[in-house]
Amino acid sequence: MAEAIEGAKRTRSVTEWLQVAFVRLGVLPFLLVIAVVIFTAMSGKFLSSQNLINVARQSTYLTMVAMGQMLALLTGGFDLSVGTILALTSVVGALAMSTVFALYPDAVALAILAGVVAGVAAGVAIGIFNGIGVAVFNVSPFMMTLGMASVGFGIALFLTGGVPVYGMPDVFGKLFGFGQWFGIPVPIYVTVALMLFMYVLLNWTRMGRYFYAIGGNVKASLLSGINTRLNLFMAYVLCAGLTAISGIMLTARLETGEANIGATMPLESIAACVIGGVSLRGGSGRLLNVVLGAIFIGLVQNGMNLARIESYLQTVVIGILLILAVVADQLRQRFVASLKD
Amino acid sequence: MTRLAEPVGSPPQGGLPLLRLESVSKHFPGVLALDRVDFDLRAGEVHVLFGENGAGKSTLISMVAGAHKPTSGRIWFKGQPVELHSVHQARDLGISAVFQEFSLVPQLTVEENLFLGAETKSGLFLDKGAMHRRAVEMLDRLGFPLKPTRRVDHLSRAEQQMVEIAKAFRSDLSVLILDEPTASLTERETDRLFALIGQAKAQGVGIIYITHRLAEIKRIADRITVLRDGKYIATLPVAEASEAKLVELMTGRVISQIFPKVAYKPAETVLEVDHLTTANGTVRNVSIMVRAGEIVGLAGLVGSGKSEVARACFGIEPIQSGRVRFLGQDITGARPRQMLDRGFFYVPPDRRAEGLVVGRGARENIVLPALHDETFSGALFLKRGVEKSAAKGLAQKLQLHPLNIERPVEHFSGGNQQKVLLAKALTREVKLFVFDEPTVGVDVGTRVAIYDFIRGLCEAGAAVLLISSDLPEILHLTNRAYVMYRGSLRAELQGADITEDKVLRHFFDREAA
Repeated sequence: MAEAIEGAKRTRSVTEWLQVAFVRLGVLPFLLVIAVVIFTAMSGKFLSSQNLINVARQSTYLTMVAMGQMLALLTGGFDLSVGTILALTSVVGALAMSTVFALYPDAVALAILAGVVAGVAAGVAIGIFNGIGVAVFNVSPFMMTLGMASVGFGIALFLTGGVPVYGMPDVFGKLFGFGQWFGIPVPIYVTVALMLFMYVLLNWTRMGRYFYAIGGNVKASLLSGINTRLNLFMAYVLCAGLTAISGIMLTARLETGEANIGATMPLESIAACVIGGVSLRGGSGRLLNVVLGAIFIGLVQNGMNLARIESYLQTVVIGILLILAVVADQLRQRFVASLKD
Repeated sequence: MTRLAEPVGSPPQGGLPLLRLESVSKHFPGVLALDRVDFDLRAGEVHVLFGENGAGKSTLISMVAGAHKPTSGRIWFKGQPVELHSVHQARDLGISAVFQEFSLVPQLTVEENLFLGAETKSGLFLDKGAMHRRAVEMLDRLGFPLKPTRRVDHLSRAEQQMVEIAKAFRSDLSVLILDEPTASLTERETDRLFALIGQAKAQGVGIIYITHRLAEIKRIADRITVLRDGKYIATLPVAEASEAKLVELMTGRVISQIFPKVAYKPAETVLEVDHLTTANGTVRNVSIMVRAGEIVGLAGLVGSGKSEVARACFGIEPIQSGRVRFLGQDITGARPRQMLDRGFFYVPPDRRAEGLVVGRGARENIVLPALHDETFSGALFLKRGVEKSAAKGLAQKLQLHPLNIERPVEHFSGGNQQKVLLAKALTREVKLFVFDEPTVGVDVGTRVAIYDFIRGLCEAGAAVLLISSDLPEILHLTNRAYVMYRGSLRAELQGADITEDKVLRHFFDREAA
């Protein structure tokens, strides 16, 4: 980097300076600035504090999933079944909750607890299968998680017959979906708690360190005495766990159990990570950037809603952004090389 | 250049330089790989590039082959200045290289590989018949017993090399670059390759040849250019190139300055390998032992199974039969984690492939093997303070340069990466160190530091097993040495018996060339 900064001082041109900033910070800050400028110009409401809190709340579901996805990406894999995990958690959680609530109408807390536990367990079960497939049987993460996505989605549809699940206690939605605490929506607290969990996991525990090491070089990790199978397995289980919590929160917001939620999650969560600079080859990535990546996607979706861009076209935009982020990352690698030469 | 009494098959009198490099330099991020090097190649000569790993030989040939562009300096080809942008362009000019890493597509057949990128077509479609006929003809002319329709991944390494060489001969050839071509060949295959080289010389092809083997230099070289630390040192005719002279030019020191004297005080047996055979047959019925306070060499060619012996002991190569005892306990088939916990540390040969997580910082790499030890982790969390000071201390001890333990390992030079790899071995108490090719790709300064490091470990009472295909290392550093050939143990030599002659005799099928 020192050479890069010196290079900028010599010529002092704006483009060179931007190039250096790009190399050091990545594409995300530029995208954020561009998005904010465009959407502020398109809609006066965009920068209001109410709207920004909205964006933050809407982004929480993706943020949680993206953090899970980050773990799989760090180990050099990815998880395409996050959408299914979301759906299955929602359906199983809602079924369990409404059943218990119907049997014991007075035990609201028990019903909610049963629903949450059942939902998360169902989601984690998918992660366990993913983990076993990838870590023990060496199935490529692509095939394993794609296969499980089909299995999970099928189960979710089978359980509900494709119809939304109703009958959960109202308190559940009021509290976890629409609740506020000091003016800040409850999902944001949950997300912040999970962020803290992730921060500690990645920076202060062996397992987090091992995720980076395995993704960076699995052979070197093995020779360093790391149980690579166990840690790979755990990456998929934790990914499923974080996604399942997101599924519970989303169920609370929708107040129904839905098999059709989460279809866009695999793409969006990977996009959030990649835009946040997580390497698709594994071994590198920062938590804060992933969170910002998820918020950026939320911001874009919110801005497009305010600007009344049709939802079908929004999907197009998200896809383009993902590809642009990858292209930008490739360019960045090239700049790194040229600035150092 | 003065004319000398040259052996038969040498270039015609006053042979014009076919290729000339003029003050060529190459920067890579953070490294000056080549520093104003001059080099010339005449038609019909074999010009050997000689130097240590990391001296710049590979960089030089990769520029001649068009894979890298020089940062400064000029390349002249047949009297014309040329800029080589790609391997393809170099090949069109008649410059072909056979690198150690083959450029073959394993899933394709021999003939498909031979014509890859230059397929014969009739109209829109591939003319497979014509290509097959040409492939048969080419292989016949070269005398390679290969079936053109076989898949490359079904061939042995030597056969793959033949395909690679045949590919180089596909078009009109003026410059042929061979990078350690005999490393994986048998004696007979080597003879055939040398005959082929003689044939090419007679046709006026200039050959740049990289090798570490002095015997080969004597046999086929016309001139030798020595590089050291990216700089041009000297060019000399083969008649003037004695071993002592070449080693001195290559390392910049006389042998006695490179290798330390190691006190020999063998104590209790640490590692005992008893009739070991691996599941894939790379090691057959091998028995060795290593005692505390001694450096034991394990010598042999690439592919002789010497690495696999240690890897099987360390638990990364499945064992079929035999026993491994460590400090008296049977540990056959234990996993790396258990071996590390007992005090057995294996330093792998290829630091990028197996040794280091190059994208992460030096600190994280250094403590990785000891992270599960309670020194570095409490019940739940890592002790990052302890970790940092331990890594810093080791980096200082090994003189890591620059002394920045958060810097990603890939940004360090080769020698400093090697220091990080060695530091990994020091985070906990180790009773047996296995060094597998510890000085590959490092400069002389680091090499001396590494030997001194090994001496220190041994004199402090550790057992050391040194696996190496670098002969001087075995000759000058070890107290006892085993020689392996094709998976079996050929000899055990002790003390003054460890001589070049005796070791080399067991390297090959028959007497050394």
